[in-house]
Amino acid sequence: MDKPRLTREQIAQRAALELPDGATVNLGWGIPNLVSGYIPAGRTVFFHSENGILGMGPRARPGEEDYDLVDAMKVPVTVIPGASYFTQLESHMMTRGGHLDVAILGGLQVAENGDLANWKIPGSKGSGGIGGAMDIAVGARCLIVTMEHTTKEGAPKIVRHCSYPVTAIECAKIIVTDLAVMDVTPRGLALREVALGWTPAEVQNLTEPSLAIPPSGRVPEIAF
Amino acid sequence: MKDKVIASVDAAVADVPDGASIMFGGFGGAGFPNNLIRALARKGTKNLTAISNNCGTDENELGILFKNRQIRRVIASFPGPRAVYFQELFAAGQIELELVAQGTLCERMRAATAGIPAFYTPVGVGTEIAAGKEERRFGTRRAILETALSADYALIRAHRADRIGNLVYRKAARNFNPVMAGAARITIAEVEEIVEVGALDPEVIVTPSIYVHRVVQAPGRRDG
Repeated sequence: MDKPRLTREQIAQRAALELPDGATVNLGWGIPNLVSGYIPAGRTVFFHSENGILGMGPRARPGEEDYDLVDAMKVPVTVIPGASYFTQLESHMMTRGGHLDVAILGGLQVAENGDLANWKIPGSKGSGGIGGAMDIAVGARCLIVTMEHTTKEGAPKIVRHCSYPVTAIECAKIIVTDLAVMDVTPRGLALREVALGWTPAEVQNLTEPSLAIPPSGRVPEIAF
Repeated sequence: MKDKVIASVDAAVADVPDGASIMFGGFGGAGFPNNLIRALARKGTKNLTAISNNCGTDENELGILFKNRQIRRVIASFPGPRAVYFQELFAAGQIELELVAQGTLCERMRAATAGIPAFYTPVGVGTEIAAGKEERRFGTRRAILETALSADYALIRAHRADRIGNLVYRKAARNFNPVMAGAARITIAEVEEIVEVGALDPEVIVTPSIYVHRVVQAPGRRDG
């Protein structure tokens, strides 16, 4: 199928709409990292960085970098008014302890019960690494997973059971992909929105578990 | 009053024996005890166990110790794709790696500092890292048993110290440094500036002197 899908930027832009004013939010690598550029006007979000920052602002301007003030990807950043610094220990008391309102992480697979796999591809080269992903996935009050709906080969990344090593069990609450927005509910996945020009049936065909679709058979299109 | 100031970074690590376990502070290029690491490289101490979030960037930060084959065993959360000397040894099966979720790594150090032998955490439940660990249920929550993690030495970086080892940090260069300070038998802090006892405001001290055994002045050195 060659219908247009959302770009990575558009996935990030749609996910950003889920962030309420004043929210404390951790962003993972990849698509989630793009979310900070799309905060709706009039909202202030306190971004959490696992290395001990709450209230992280935009990337530092050239010439103004301070290499004692970096994000989790080593990028020199700034802080916004109201920010605080703390230890890595305190940082993960926040993640694990359920103090963050929202975390947005990338995904390799998400299962219908909310299990997330995003830290290791079986058979990949190198040691792999966990970083803060497990702590963040376990503890966030609302975990949003952003990713492409299917693999490069077209296989579903939303599955009945993860075949990749899981990061945390039953943790994802919302999935935003290039085709749809879905909620993870106690009764399984519910389709909330579809990409422009896609039908719920077409999205279902690229999704392994069943998606709950309203009796009308219609769901709204993703809007920004 | 015990003056803990040591004249040089080489003198500060002079008694580190082969086979020692050492915690290394730092994250994302900030807060690494790069001068102490270089001193350890010059000294050539072997068969070390390194406890650190990651495993260096090329030959910078911890990288030089892997390049020199001084480390035999690693406990880390995210060794890192750019930890090329570590990854080489790992691929060749010449180094032992224990991967730990980042928040759990911190909490294990905190437990050691606090005299707690072990604790239950939900992080890792249902994942590969739960293998071989005791699991219990608390109400509706599943949790696994993790043990305290201590070390012979901690090499850390702070911004300013007084002569008895009270420490303050700068911005996100704090990260793991205060967490490791209490978890090691001997903690060695390299700092930008050493001031007289009484010159630091007790309200702002992050690491109290009781956790610090040696202090050495060394200019900030950004590697990687």
